[in-house]
Amino acid sequence: MAETIELRDIEVWDGNMAASQALRQVQVDVVAAYPITPSTPIVENYANFEANGYVDGEFVMVESEHAAMSGCIGASAAGGRVATATSSQGFALMVETLYSASGMRLPIILNVANRALGAPLNVNGDHSDMYLGRDSGWIQLDAYNPQHVYDLNFIAFKVAEDHDVRLPAMVHQDGFMTSHTAQGVHTMTDEVGYGFVGEFQPMNDMLDLDHPVTHGVQTEEDWHFEHKARQQHALMTVALPKIEAAFDAFEKLTGRRYNLVETHQMEDAEIAVICMGSSVETAMEVVNELRAQGIKAGVVGIRVFRPWPLEQLAQVLKNVKAIGALDRSSPHGSVGMLFNEVAGTLFNTDAKPVLTNYIYGLGGRDLTKAHLVGIFNDLKANMDAGKPTTPLQQYIGLRGPKLSFF
Amino acid sequence: MMSEIKKIKNLKEFSTSADRFEGANLLCPGCAHSIIVREVLNATNDDLILAASTGCLEVCTAVYPYTSWDASWIHIGFENGSTAVAGAEAMYKALKKKGRLKQPDRKPKFVAFGGDGATYDIGFQWISGCFERGHDMMYVCLDNEVYANTGGQRSSSTPIGSSATTSPAGRTSYGEKKNKKDMMAIMAAHGAPYVAQVSPSKWKDMVAKIQKGFATEGPVFINAVSPCTTEWKFSPEDTISIADLATDSLVFPLYEIINGTELNITYRPKNIIPVRDYLGAQGRFKHLFTKQYEYLIDEWQTRVDAKWEALQRREEARV
Repeated sequence: MAETIELRDIEVWDGNMAASQALRQVQVDVVAAYPITPSTPIVENYANFEANGYVDGEFVMVESEHAAMSGCIGASAAGGRVATATSSQGFALMVETLYSASGMRLPIILNVANRALGAPLNVNGDHSDMYLGRDSGWIQLDAYNPQHVYDLNFIAFKVAEDHDVRLPAMVHQDGFMTSHTAQGVHTMTDEVGYGFVGEFQPMNDMLDLDHPVTHGVQTEEDWHFEHKARQQHALMTVALPKIEAAFDAFEKLTGRRYNLVETHQMEDAEIAVICMGSSVETAMEVVNELRAQGIKAGVVGIRVFRPWPLEQLAQVLKNVKAIGALDRSSPHGSVGMLFNEVAGTLFNTDAKPVLTNYIYGLGGRDLTKAHLVGIFNDLKANMDAGKPTTPLQQYIGLRGPKLSFF
Repeated sequence: MMSEIKKIKNLKEFSTSADRFEGANLLCPGCAHSIIVREVLNATNDDLILAASTGCLEVCTAVYPYTSWDASWIHIGFENGSTAVAGAEAMYKALKKKGRLKQPDRKPKFVAFGGDGATYDIGFQWISGCFERGHDMMYVCLDNEVYANTGGQRSSSTPIGSSATTSPAGRTSYGEKKNKKDMMAIMAAHGAPYVAQVSPSKWKDMVAKIQKGFATEGPVFINAVSPCTTEWKFSPEDTISIADLATDSLVFPLYEIINGTELNITYRPKNIIPVRDYLGAQGRFKHLFTKQYEYLIDEWQTRVDAKWEALQRREEARV
């Protein structure tokens, strides 16, 4: 048996340590991993737990991120709790196997410390890797700070391993901004944390030697469509309610509340930004200041990126007059992903807000409060005019001349 | 939990002793893959956890809603059959430690199958990683020296002078220009406890090596010559005789390397046949039997002789 750690009620952890501690507390059976900045400390912390007897599963340091996810898939199909961590280029190398993991319905948990994708090579945080995963069939949860990283890991295991779901899940955090920034994190005891997720219940496990199973079959035009449709069905009809149920159960246990779509000052908001990651918290501060000036501004944060919470978002945005969709990833040739998703979410509703798109923070460039004030000024002008007063897409915080499109 | 080595009396009994690989599969008539797989699986009575990389074996044995496998089996992609089974082996160790195995008294064997494309080329790094880490597993390469599943493209196992679709013989080319990669030496250099080359035609030698491999703790590499009726271009009923030509011409010498150093030649043909006879029996080398390219046959013989000499010297030297 692994030794327990007596945690203080509040520990000072960065996002990486919060993830490592959660993995320790849920007693993962196999971690197969490969280090990459900025997620490396998740793996290093876990190695330290192993070296000191605080975890008793298998810790396999493989030779690439592709092998990390390949090993996780083999381990998960064998029948146990499995997790790993990665970022950026490593995430990109994993992509082939991400589709395998979800298609094979294996409840693997992947912590992603979001980071830019080269070239040019860049180790800092943006959302390019997170966006790259959005069609991979995984549940994607987004943390805005280390507390969220800790909490969402428990929620991810609980949902993913549910026999009605059986889909892998990612917990995203912003590289460096969250992964390396220490904050107070409210903890659970080892017993309570493990109890929330519970003992792993295997299904179609290869190691049940009396019931051989075949994993990873081939299907062509005869069955492939049905398999993919079934996967989508599970994501849309089962995963979403199970995530909500896990949020409820977690609130009951800890008092901390999570929602598919997070809102700040949205009850009567006329203008709002929608964003993800640590930017949500920056935007909340700016909104508080704008509210003091009598401006009815609000913030929408996407907590569950996949499956996309379409109905919940439409509800939140139904009375908003002007929206800025903030994408921390270059869409390369189109509008940003959040712009597209919000547009798609609202298109068939009665709400017809003015929607504009901001590309910001690529490669770890800061999003400042001044940037956000400028965005809200744009949104107010759009609301007053009833139409866009700016180009649809603007690059924020870029050096040199202003860049905008559409 | 030390498993007993299965006793095998004769070929008939052996070939029908444990049907964990069904005859119901889509492999070509005369395909050596199915013979090799059956010989590996039938060599043990122990439970098996199997993996396959994308390739002929995989696409012909697990087409939904059917499976040819009566043991747990997994496929992920082209490059990672080794790591898939290594992950399962890690889970076995974890659950054993934690006391959560459903059948704690049974110790399964972990085996990954891959073609030469999945082994010599695209999956090379994954295999190397598995062997460096020392997973308790066997990797079996079904070496038919070509990407047979996709119609005969060259791999780094394709030998010189072979005509493949991406290295075709023509008016100005004799086909593949590079020599076959020496996977046996590479895997032995990993310090693997057991590395062996086998042929399905020499079944007693093969079973002895598979059983030795199963009795070995740690990663075991088996390179099995798998004559391909479709791409090597011979008649489907000749699979075993082509395999015999491969071993008896010493193009595929049968040997093992223990702990990276101790090399044993396990089969010395009574009558060594000329390499010319091996090449001449296959359509993929047909163009070599012309005035223009005949010199390559002599070069082949010289190369095979030199390799045989080198193997014997290493066997003597024990280094």
